Amino acid sequence: MTDYSRLAKDGLWSNNMVFAQMLALCPVMAVTATATNGLGMGLATLFVLVGANLIISSIRHLISQAIRIPVYIVIIATLVTLTDMLINAFAYELYKVLGLFIALIVVNCAILGRAEAFASKNTVWTSFVDSVMMGIGLTWALVAIGGFREILGSGTLFANADLLLGERFGFLEITLIPDYPGFLILLLPPGGFIAVGFLLVLKRWIDRKVETRAQKATPAADPQEA
Amino acid sequence: MSLALWKDRLDYQSLLLGSVVLITCVALALAYQLTREPIRLALEQDLLNSFSRVLPDALYDNDLLTSQAVIERDGRPLTWYQARLDGEVTAVVFPITAQGYAGNIEMLLAIEANGDIAGVRVLVHQETPGLGDKIEEARDPWITEFSGTSLSNPPSALWGVKKDGGHFDQFTGATITPRVIVREIHRSLEFFTRQQAVFLTPLAEPDLSTSSEEAQEVSDD
Repeated sequence: MTDYSRLAKDGLWSNNMVFAQMLALCPVMAVTATATNGLGMGLATLFVLVGANLIISSIRHLISQAIRIPVYIVIIATLVTLTDMLINAFAYELYKVLGLFIALIVVNCAILGRAEAFASKNTVWTSFVDSVMMGIGLTWALVAIGGFREILGSGTLFANADLLLGERFGFLEITLIPDYPGFLILLLPPGGFIAVGFLLVLKRWIDRKVETRAQKATPAADPQEA
Repeated sequence: MSLALWKDRLDYQSLLLGSVVLITCVALALAYQLTREPIRLALEQDLLNSFSRVLPDALYDNDLLTSQAVIERDGRPLTWYQARLDGEVTAVVFPITAQGYAGNIEMLLAIEANGDIAGVRVLVHQETPGLGDKIEEARDPWITEFSGTSLSNPPSALWGVKKDGGHFDQFTGATITPRVIVREIHRSLEFFTRQQAVFLTPLAEPDLSTSSEEAQEVSDD
């Protein structure tokens, strides 16, 4: 049980793909001008990640050490192409927004990283849990960066959410600041770096707060016990 | 166990990589077959949606997708669509491209038979958000100003942005984008006038589209 909670903690926070491993930055910078785009990209990557981890962990005993990387790449590239075709066929409006970037999932080293570092050494079930946690971690990171850039850059949140999730989710679209003049640089690629930088500072700050609190708590607890 | 030994052999490795590639190819081929039709329909629907944005519904009663033809423009083939009402040609629609500030600006232009612009919309562009992206109808009504204009209205000399002494507005901080769009629309109007004879001759209806498809399938075999 602790094993799963460790996997969850790793994927969601302490070993987060973006905020800790600093991987997958190419799609992060490219698509996160809005929170909706971040969510779409995160979910597409989650799908590929889960599929890759499942397949690779289930055939891990068959794969020779020498050719493992080409095998992983073929499997990941296939899954990305499948995702691309499915989104194109069944969510065309979303495809018009994300289409260009879905192919970028292939070069997302985080997926190959999970295959090499985790799925090739662990059972199917734990690899599945790991990929789901890592994927959710990536998704919330993308949504956070997208939200940060969208709120400060164009004064809205989850614009065009209905394209991604269907009409029922139109209520998610919020105009936080009416008649907002816009803050252009956050919507351009440099804004991606700036947003990641600020959010990284925030995460490290929280980490340190938690650490110092834990340190304070431990000596305080000791005399009581003694 | 023997598997560990097998794994180091070259033939096992080639076979493994070959089988992985074969299986993924089969999966991709199946998925392609499954998604081909929905993708085609989505593209068609998308095109129809774009048509209805540039062309008032009252102007045509034919299926624009089937009444298309190809014409040469600047040495390249251009697919254009003919709108008809009761058999009379009322308008033509074709895609145009301007070289914007940050790559191509893809637009769709509809010109009525008398040479007036029925509508023009930007479909795809990479112009700067907040500055050049006002060419999108959703962000600014600027692009709708072209509806009703023609080669003589405003006169050719005034087919430019105000900064260049022309008739059309530019945007604060973005002059290049509106300038290239105005120029491209003007060029396209001239092109329409040159090729008017071709554009305004009613295209032959594909009488039995099903039979022509069958014929194509036979020839494919």
